[in-house]
Amino acid sequence: MSTPYAKLPAWADYGLIPLINLFVAFVVAGFVVLLVGENPFRAAVILVEGAFGKGTGIAFTLFYATTFIFTGLSVAVAAHCGLFNIGTEGQAYIAGLGIAIVCLSFDSTLPWWLTFPLAIVAAALVGALWALIPAYLQAKRGSHIVITTIMFNFIAASIMVYLLVGPLKPAASQAPQTRNFLAGAELPKLNWIIELFGAKIRSAPLNISFLLALAMAFLVWLLIWRTKLGYEMRTYGHSPKAARYAGISETRIIITAMMISGALAGMMALNPVMGDQHNVAIDFVSGAGFVGIAVALMGRLHPVGIVLAAILFGMLYQGGAELAFEMPAISRDMIVIIQGLVILFAGALEHMFRPYIQALFASLSPRSVGMEAVKGKGA
Amino acid sequence: MDVFNAVVQTLDSTIRLSVPLLLACLAGLYSERAGIFDIGLEGKMLVGAFAGAAAASVFHSAFLGLGMAILISVAFAMIHGFASITHRGNQIVSGVAINFIAAGSTIILGQAWFQQGGRTPALQPGERFEAITLPGADAIHDVPILGPIYAELLSGHSILVYLAFAMVPFTWWVLFRTRFGLRLRAVGENPAAVDTAGISVAWLRYRALICTGILTGIAGAYLSMVQNGGFVKDMTAGKGYIALAALIFAKWKPVNAMFACLLFGFLDALSIRLQGSPLPIIGKVPVQFMQALPYILTVILLAGFIGKAIPPRAGGVPYVKER
Repeated sequence: MSTPYAKLPAWADYGLIPLINLFVAFVVAGFVVLLVGENPFRAAVILVEGAFGKGTGIAFTLFYATTFIFTGLSVAVAAHCGLFNIGTEGQAYIAGLGIAIVCLSFDSTLPWWLTFPLAIVAAALVGALWALIPAYLQAKRGSHIVITTIMFNFIAASIMVYLLVGPLKPAASQAPQTRNFLAGAELPKLNWIIELFGAKIRSAPLNISFLLALAMAFLVWLLIWRTKLGYEMRTYGHSPKAARYAGISETRIIITAMMISGALAGMMALNPVMGDQHNVAIDFVSGAGFVGIAVALMGRLHPVGIVLAAILFGMLYQGGAELAFEMPAISRDMIVIIQGLVILFAGALEHMFRPYIQALFASLSPRSVGMEAVKGKGA
Repeated sequence: MDVFNAVVQTLDSTIRLSVPLLLACLAGLYSERAGIFDIGLEGKMLVGAFAGAAAASVFHSAFLGLGMAILISVAFAMIHGFASITHRGNQIVSGVAINFIAAGSTIILGQAWFQQGGRTPALQPGERFEAITLPGADAIHDVPILGPIYAELLSGHSILVYLAFAMVPFTWWVLFRTRFGLRLRAVGENPAAVDTAGISVAWLRYRALICTGILTGIAGAYLSMVQNGGFVKDMTAGKGYIALAALIFAKWKPVNAMFACLLFGFLDALSIRLQGSPLPIIGKVPVQFMQALPYILTVILLAGFIGKAIPPRAGGVPYVKER
């Protein structure tokens, strides 16, 4: 085959193939459930019911989805520029520091609608700055961004542990976290939206940062497909040589893309910190940055896909909690396996089923696959 | 004399702590020299640790445990190969996936099989690798200076420790003195040339990944069957990533890898020993700083401030045969 990935109709490319990959990932996960000695179908039912069965479940699902929209967008923006930002985790973690400074300074004097914008700026700024150094090193000194961002995850974790067991911890407390924020740094809940539809909600942390996440998804779409900068980023991601030839500054585009990515990662921290826990605690990101990789791959780097994939993962997190309750043999770590399988099948093995689907389409109607594939078959 | 004893003890724990790093680092050396990036060292070590401890406690044999650790770890390496060699998937993505699958499945299966919160049962004597006393260690234990160095520093480790250090010259010999090693390095630099010579790029890279799997399996077995008497969830705790850092620090060379791992092991040992007590001259250093130092050093190295780390040229690029 001279053209290994001939054109499929868009719905197959963006709908069918991701769904097949997802399906295979879930089948394999089902085998793990079977291995543990539980019924995978019953597990799936509990999972979906836990996530969408009650109003509270839906609110929790959307709360988790908020976090994953931010991290998914962060990974996607960098990926459009051909950069693998594995440091979303660390950028979100260190952004907790920016939020802590804003909230601890202003929560007693300002109302939430003034603290929130300040915290957004602080979180985005700190996240962006944490991404700046690896970006600069990649652009100027050629050090591989994957390795440097991994290293920066660990460095961020060390800094945060140091601060949270030391300077940021109230003297009287034993727990490694900041003091609880006052009302001035608590984000309003959005549960009333779900209650409009008649569902009852006991208490769920879904908050206004969900709307911020949706706004960011729209802005990212605007940036990537409707601005010059986005075009340059995609050009560089496609072919650095072509970008250089077109006069796009390599340094500028790498640093800009990574800083936007870092800023989005940083904003993720708003959701758990100001919307739920009302303090900054050790390891509050707890892997959400890595989930972002799965979400971005699953969503095929498009904001709409990312929002849908984030809701899917939110469902897994919320439903997984119910599942752990109903089936003691399955803890929440089941989600980690599913996450890994989704990354494997939707990411690393994304082209595994493509040739078969192309063959299928070609046999059904040769025209829909296009001339290239027909020529390719002859070679 | 107290100072001397403290130094010997610190160096002794340096050796113990650097062994898993060294094995994982050499494992990464094989795959990266063959042009396959491997972020999944961490995950392969973890499944190795789990499989080793689980098999050892079920079959009551340390060596069966080691065998199972290697087998499962190689199987995970083959998944990496299937995705990144056969299907030309992104190697980083595949590695990340392996780390997640490893982290989740070890906990789920551990809980389902042993019901101890993701742990495996504590290993009994005979199910783990015991310390080996080198000949004459007891006899010269009381000799000043030399005695403690021989009896405590060099003697009294498990067989896997000696194996790990023996792997350093062995790896050097394989890579730089055998035909297989020459081809392996060539496939990491210029796979097209290897292909032109009529040698299968894919099969060569698969073999490199088998070497990687074997070594990460041993590294995992060391963690759960020597350092610890059983598997504990997430027991690799980032060691795979430190090994990756050490590999870059060593500029992809086996002997350098040993020194890099000893250095990172020493930093770890020192931070455990000091636990916040003040150092001479510098004063009190936060534990977290010591823990972050390997990563900071690697970033500085990568930035090109201490020599230049040049990775194998074809690293991370799937090989597409000329059509």
